[in-house]
Amino acid sequence: MTALVDVDQLEVHFTARAGLLRSMFGRETPVVRAVDGVSFTLGKGEILCLAGESGSGKTTTGKAILRLVEPTAGKVYYAGEDVRAYNRSKLRSFRQEAQIIFQDPYESLNPRQTVFNIVAEPLEVNNLCHSLAEKEERVARALIDAGLHNPQELFLRYPHELSGGQRQRLAIAGSLVLDPKFIVADEPVSMLDLSIRAGILKLMVDLRDQKGISYLFITHDLSLAWLVSDRIAIMYLGKIVELGSADTVIKDPLHPYTRALVSVIPAPRRKVITRQSLLKGETPDPVNVPPGCRFHPRCPVALPRCREEVPPYREVRPGHFAACHLING
Amino acid sequence: MALLEVNDLTTYYKLKEGTVKACEGVSLHVDKGEALGLVGESASGKTTVALSLMKLIPENASIIGGSIKLDGKELVTATEEEMQKIRWKEISIIFQGAMNALNPVHTVGDQIAEVLKIHEKLTDKEARQRTRDLFEKVEIDPDRVREYPHEFSGGMRQRAMIAMAIACNPKLVIGDEPTTALDVMVQAQVLQLLHHLRQEIDMGLILITHDLSVVGETCDKVAVMYAGRIVELGPTETVFTRPAHPYTRALLAAFPDIEGERTMASSIPGNPPNLLYPPPGCRFHERCSEVIPVCREEQPPTITINDQHYASCHLLSRRVKS
Repeated sequence: MTALVDVDQLEVHFTARAGLLRSMFGRETPVVRAVDGVSFTLGKGEILCLAGESGSGKTTTGKAILRLVEPTAGKVYYAGEDVRAYNRSKLRSFRQEAQIIFQDPYESLNPRQTVFNIVAEPLEVNNLCHSLAEKEERVARALIDAGLHNPQELFLRYPHELSGGQRQRLAIAGSLVLDPKFIVADEPVSMLDLSIRAGILKLMVDLRDQKGISYLFITHDLSLAWLVSDRIAIMYLGKIVELGSADTVIKDPLHPYTRALVSVIPAPRRKVITRQSLLKGETPDPVNVPPGCRFHPRCPVALPRCREEVPPYREVRPGHFAACHLING
Repeated sequence: MALLEVNDLTTYYKLKEGTVKACEGVSLHVDKGEALGLVGESASGKTTVALSLMKLIPENASIIGGSIKLDGKELVTATEEEMQKIRWKEISIIFQGAMNALNPVHTVGDQIAEVLKIHEKLTDKEARQRTRDLFEKVEIDPDRVREYPHEFSGGMRQRAMIAMAIACNPKLVIGDEPTTALDVMVQAQVLQLLHHLRQEIDMGLILITHDLSVVGETCDKVAVMYAGRIVELGPTETVFTRPAHPYTRALLAAFPDIEGERTMASSIPGNPPNLLYPPPGCRFHERCSEVIPVCREEQPPTITINDQHYASCHLLSRRVKS
């Protein structure tokens, strides 16, 4: 599989706002290491999931790839080209091919625009249509591709007249209208009811199968990641701690953090709260990243060296990467 | 006698466009120390049930029928003055968004101490001590009582909300999606805490959630709501292993199961009905895969499947008759 996206040691650091006293006394401004050295590749037609808890840096990684936030360091290659070196016109065409779908269809859609205008806007911005008939046809096709049948009936509706599932489909139609090759889907179903989630996920997989769209699927829900993606990368505090095929990461996790996360995947008939594997505490503040392995303060099996040495991120088995001192092989 | 007995509770909202029949004919009961899960998707009426039990429904809503008996006392007819004595002391609620429910300009400790001073008539010093004890109970460092809500992490805020809810040793606590905004690991921690507390202080618990897995963890029995009605109620184990209502079955099938096959979970076609104009007959009939003609016309009766397990479905009444 040839790589469509190649991310190499990506870093995104934000300067946190320093308090008045701190800046008066000339202390260093705190730096939030949201993404701190992330590398992976995404193949053509692949669905790769970035999974992790809130604050792990998964959304920032997705945005940095699209240059919606500027990376601090590292490289992002799209179809072999350095995304960070793009000039304005290159960036413009890149953003037609690479789209993002957000979590909350209630907020990402303009409430004052009709369905037609929402989907047609990317075409207008990019000057892609020369006649109204052509525009109507492309909008209708995008709506159908997103699973909204009878598109003409929806043209003059407003987002609030649609159901939650329809709204997310509308948001997807808005990105499909430009025939994207790569979509960053940031928690696309977490605001939706369970009963309609599967439909949206199936749509994503179908679009991959039919159009060869590649996805970076960002989610905190490992069971969804397992269902939908080819490979899963687990993030913790700005770093990938484990990456492998969906089945190996869920069924045979190597990293203690992945193991803990997998053990609390909710399912109706699964009792997890009585399990010993419940981690204590919460993810620490990315301003004060612990030294050594950043997971060591919460790790149930940490060794003394975990407090000092950063574990290397390496290929433990073919195609299965992890960063942990305790893993042999 | 049950701790809480709700019979035929019906709450409607008045809007410009008409009446929203958000909760209709809801009956359930909770014993001392028992946990009931109230499950449903968004707009199924579960929060309306919670707010009705607390008598905290918005101004455009009214309880138009039924009864709510807490320890034998009728709450539907209770005045606001009486309710103020009952809330927190006998029945309390943990809301979903702890950040919005806590006041950002007061320390977390002060807010809990305030509840104790008003309802338990404690002195300032006593209230402070009790607050520290409560912090310990919900596993927060008692020295953090002086901190403000924004200094707490999401999980700690939710723990503080729990501390406030149990401050006056209520007989019944309602958790309205208490873990929804939390990460899975923190969610498991908070559920574990609720579970221990329930055993420790023998409180009744109503856990309102859209997430069946949360119920499976912590509740003795479960009520499944759809479009303002309870469609199935029974012991958690029974409902999860032998669901009687097609909606419960579909909901369980929509859950991805990592211990099962890696196949796409199934979704339920269509959308829940608009409760301004609920469909005639069974409210689920438009989305039901097993619909028969009578479902479109008649509201299904509640059938007793066996002791403690009830469901409202025409298919069941047929089976019982034949």
